[in-house]
Amino acid sequence: MTFRAIEKKNFPPFIDSLIQAMEVVGVREKVEGKYEFAPLEAASQLCLEYDVTLLSPKKFLFPPRETLLKFKTGKSVSCEPVLDSQSLAIIGVHPYDIKAIAQLDRIFADANRDEHYLRKRQDTVIIGVDIKRSSTHAFCRSMNSATVQEGFDLLLTDIGESYVVAVGTNQGQALLEKHAVSRAATKEEIGKRAEIQEKIPYMFSLNTVNTPYEELPKLLADHAESKLFAELAEKCFSCGSCNLVCPTCYCFDVQDDMALNLSEGERFRLWDGCLLDGFAKVATGENFRENRAERIRHRIFRKGKYIYEKYGEHGCVGCGRCASACLPDIANPVEIFNRLKEGK
Amino acid sequence: MTAAQVQMGSREPTSIYLPQLAKIVRTEQLTKMEKLFEIKLGSGQELGHQPGQFVEVSLFGIGEAPISVSSSPTKKGSFELAVRAVGNVTKALHTLDRGATLGIRGPFGRGFPVEELRGKDILFVAGGIGLVPVRSLINYVLDNRSAFGRVLVLFGAKTPAEQLFLDELSKWRMSKEMEYWETVDRADGQWKGNVGVITTLFPKITVDPKKTVAVIVGPPIMYRFAILEAQVKGIPDDQIIVSLERRMKCGVGKCGHCQIHHVYVCQDGPVFSYAKIKHLKEAI
Repeated sequence: MTFRAIEKKNFPPFIDSLIQAMEVVGVREKVEGKYEFAPLEAASQLCLEYDVTLLSPKKFLFPPRETLLKFKTGKSVSCEPVLDSQSLAIIGVHPYDIKAIAQLDRIFADANRDEHYLRKRQDTVIIGVDIKRSSTHAFCRSMNSATVQEGFDLLLTDIGESYVVAVGTNQGQALLEKHAVSRAATKEEIGKRAEIQEKIPYMFSLNTVNTPYEELPKLLADHAESKLFAELAEKCFSCGSCNLVCPTCYCFDVQDDMALNLSEGERFRLWDGCLLDGFAKVATGENFRENRAERIRHRIFRKGKYIYEKYGEHGCVGCGRCASACLPDIANPVEIFNRLKEGK
Repeated sequence: MTAAQVQMGSREPTSIYLPQLAKIVRTEQLTKMEKLFEIKLGSGQELGHQPGQFVEVSLFGIGEAPISVSSSPTKKGSFELAVRAVGNVTKALHTLDRGATLGIRGPFGRGFPVEELRGKDILFVAGGIGLVPVRSLINYVLDNRSAFGRVLVLFGAKTPAEQLFLDELSKWRMSKEMEYWETVDRADGQWKGNVGVITTLFPKITVDPKKTVAVIVGPPIMYRFAILEAQVKGIPDDQIIVSLERRMKCGVGKCGHCQIHHVYVCQDGPVFSYAKIKHLKEAI
């Protein structure tokens, strides 16, 4: 990997130049202390010292509502796919979200390529940034996602006077050449970056999963019948907020929308959640996961077992968004994993 | 695969969610609730399915629904779906007749393991509209009769009026190529046959458990009892085959609705060996 350096004074012009050239989204402060990924109109809006965003940048690659097809009905029926995408740069992505995107890449490319996602992904450059502040519920160290070695085009590390920029792809390299005043990073700067990165995992020391990463699937398998799921279900609203904010959740529903002229319309998908009551319900009325406890167990097993067994990494990146979003405060994977381990 | 490789992957020309257009060439009201649709793909090609696979049927403006293919692939030129009117799509489908256009995606999933069934005795156990997917295999077996051993069919319906495929049933009753047993939960005045749930048919048959494969398809409640009966006959769990119903929105292993633990029913099923899923709570 090559390392470049951008002096801090040269950084806003880099972002402004990108904004001139393409659609750019970055981290902005939405209300005091709450951040979101949103379109940038100027570099001054970008906030790189955030803790966590309300939603992950997944929303640009896998939009909450996405048209899949357009169709015409009536005498001559026809349908065609909608595969829209445009060049997009996402700036300020934290390592856990970079890992989450890399996982979605695998899943949407696996077996049956989902072009709706993959075309957007192919047209997107990811400019990541190393974490400077941890959020209350994040447990990235336990999920191997406090730092990241791949999955980005460029990764920024703030070393004081300048950013060290790790160049992950040729596309990232080209962006730097075209839009930034950068130079090769010095040995000292690269060393400083490594020092900073070494300390990042320890920001999450307060939130630690007591089971090693590789042993989570066994922990869950051993406790599939735990009473904990029923206990959590007592308080669960089945609201699906934990699914909604999760950077790795990708389940969706598909619906049709007819135009008012009743002769054309579109088929779209929208985010769905396995905690919602009707998620596994079929037309005959049979609901294959009727109990909240089963749905809670299913979500936790997806996060700590099923995805790992298929792809070799967990479907949880430790961002802590679910724990923040859950009103009755029962969604926190750290607490669930640790309580299962302790048998409480 | 790394994210970089994903990005380098070539662009597919189209969407996995794009149906191909197809025409209804014949319909037949099977019962009050079920209607048969014979369908031809607009491309003129065969559907190319295996017995037990399903398609996603599109009615534009209404939506998609997963429907088992009911005809055997040995029947060329068209395929058949037998559909119960229960949801938005299926109710709208029932209003359509010959000449109407709809969308088809698939075939999807794993069908019945026809190669493994060769040379075996097959005990079919179908409850209600469980006969719909099972019929694709029964007719496949009858069309390749010499490749298989004994063919036993146990069919249960709630009432005589809810029996499907009446013409075929009357042929099966007379057939020398198969042993056909039927029952209804509740008889009407005309019914002279067996009355009782499907498990009441099991004492009437004898099988050689070593060479018999049981193919069991029916409503969720039926599996527990029918599987037990097959086990009582001595049929081992890896020779018991079931087909599971689940909610399926995409058919291609993405949308998540059909998942039972780590298993995606739309990709890994809907046909499973009981031995493979018996440890999955929520499966049966």
